[in-house]
Amino acid sequence: MLYRETGQFKPTYQADQAIFPIAQDRWFITAVLAVAFLVVPLLIDDYWANAIFLPFLAYALAAIGLNILTGYCGQVSLGTGGFMAVGAFSAFKLMTAFPDLNFIIVVILAGGVTALVGVLFGLPSLRIKGFYLAVATLAAQFFLVWLFNKVGWFINYNATGQVTAPPVEFFGVLIIGPEATPPARYLFCLAFVAVFALAAKNIVRGRIGRSWMAIRDMDIAAELIGIRPLEAKLSAFAVSSFYVGMAGALYFAVWLGAAEPGEAFGIEQSFFVLFIIIVGGLGSILGSFLGAAFMVLMPILLKNFMVNGIGVEVVTAKHVEITTMGILIVFFLIVEPHGLARLWQITKEKLRLWPFPH
Amino acid sequence: MHENKPIGDVMLSVDNISLSFGGVHALENISFNIREHEIRAIIGPNGAGKSSMLNVINGFYHPQEGTITYKGQTRKQMKPHEAARTGIARTFQNIALFKGMSTLDNIMTGRNTMMKKGVFWQALHLGPALNEELEHREFVENIIDFLEIEHIRKTPVGRLPYGLQKRVELGRALAAQPELLLLDEPMAGMNLEEKEDMCRFILDVNDEFGTTIALIEHDMGVVMDISDRVVVLDYGKKIGDGTPDEVRANQDVIDAYLGVSH
Ligand SMILES: Nc1ncnc2c1ncn2[C@@H]1O[C@H](COP(=O)(O)OP(=O)(O)OP(=O)(O)O)[C@@H](O)[C@H]1O
Ligand SMILES: [Mg+2]
Repeated sequence: MLYRETGQFKPTYQADQAIFPIAQDRWFITAVLAVAFLVVPLLIDDYWANAIFLPFLAYALAAIGLNILTGYCGQVSLGTGGFMAVGAFSAFKLMTAFPDLNFIIVVILAGGVTALVGVLFGLPSLRIKGFYLAVATLAAQFFLVWLFNKVGWFINYNATGQVTAPPVEFFGVLIIGPEATPPARYLFCLAFVAVFALAAKNIVRGRIGRSWMAIRDMDIAAELIGIRPLEAKLSAFAVSSFYVGMAGALYFAVWLGAAEPGEAFGIEQSFFVLFIIIVGGLGSILGSFLGAAFMVLMPILLKNFMVNGIGVEVVTAKHVEITTMGILIVFFLIVEPHGLARLWQITKEKLRLWPFPH
Repeated sequence: MHENKPIGDVMLSVDNISLSFGGVHALENISFNIREHEIRAIIGPNGAGKSSMLNVINGFYHPQEGTITYKGQTRKQMKPHEAARTGIARTFQNIALFKGMSTLDNIMTGRNTMMKKGVFWQALHLGPALNEELEHREFVENIIDFLEIEHIRKTPVGRLPYGLQKRVELGRALAAQPELLLLDEPMAGMNLEEKEDMCRFILDVNDEFGTTIALIEHDMGVVMDISDRVVVLDYGKKIGDGTPDEVRANQDVIDAYLGVSH
């Protein structure tokens, strides 16, 4: 009797249109947000911030971006790392050129630059699909990393080949730099990601989201009902890259603080984010969070359990981790392409019927 | 039939259309027209070129010869999304729904071209974007009521049985408020009851909204019952054109089609 749709009469379409039409969902999400905003900041220290919460938030935002393109619009991309790099280096250039610019503006502008680059690399999608598009985005990945390595202007001609984010204050509170406290860094990212996750949810359930899904499910039929493939695909590349670029900016500036293009934004990043959306659920904003949490936590838990718990060698533990990851990816691809988000939904549907399963 | 909207002028005319794929002549020198508010059936044996004809009309296939005059404008060809924007909607022989989306979302896509609010308002889901969404939602809910599919509103269409999918596809086409509705075998694979429902919907659409309908159908009983005029194709050629009674009496048609399979 706890989780019910029945008995909650929705008098208007407006109420039905609400983001969480079921009251229990609203309580649940309110509770999660309350813990995230009020409890976690009290407990968070450097280890928790750097090992878990900041990567979780940055990757969740990147995963939302990739999910928009791949999960909602059906266009495979292996260029996520490269697009994150575009966001990171745009943020770096903006931060060093305009030190007084509000950091929110910096991140949004970095997203904007990435959106433009994304549209450019999205052009081939008008002609090619699937595997061939994946290869084209892979080319974007390598080209972009090569570019940032090669052209000194992007790293302000720093001899070490690295970029370091200068300290940034946000309304008087330090959020970037060695002196920034874990709660400040965490809360900034959390607020940012929460707001933009909500925006993404709204976009995917409106006209634009429907045109993406229509292209994904059957592009010919979509065109026959008046959806322009050009507009739908390029808008998906733009919005997706906007998110991935913002994620790259947070990833570099708030989480890492310093980065070297090849290492921080390599092809592994592209795959990591792709795995997040496969595990979390293709075509789900919630899934992007579940997947990011899973992919960030799983290696840490596994390592803690194996190395500290049962005394396995670190190298062996790493192998087990990679193997587990591979098995899980295959499992989700074959058995449940809608990932953890779908498993969560099934659990809810079961709860809804409980205790009368029939 | 047609109590509200009498049959009017010619709305669409195809003239001397020829279409071939390599050596296959799918359509050879076909001419006919469709009048406002009428139900026009296109019949013929398998492979006669019926679906190809609809594909030519809504711009999916580009004929090598001939012209299409729609609402006074003559073209050699057009793009599918242009056809959609000028009031032509259709359903497909092999259902072409968006499988991963709910019934509601599928039908809502039919109104996409009428929705204008940009990504910024959409992201906020407030003000103009919300009003727009609700306004179109209301229209779509009326279609859902009309087609009696309230109970599957939120179900992903991939999970629906065939008959219901056909109904949702009709709903998506209706959502665009088409002036010309092209239906490719809307009753194929349905049982008698489902067929009767579908016939009723088609007649109601034609009658209440005055929508012009071009319909491909193999069930002769249905065709003779609901259509105003019939075109008969065989091996890409037109062999008959007229009222159901005229077509039924046409010797070529009897030989090529009615005589063979019925
Ligand atoms: N895209 C295509 N490529 C090649 N040949 C095609 C194509 N579309 C149709 N044809 C050919 O054109 C001819 C007419 O096909 P069409 O689908 O229009 O027939 P139909 O009258 O709709 O038949 P059915 O009753 O089986 O649906 C057939 O010989 C078919 O093989
Ligand atoms: Mg056909």
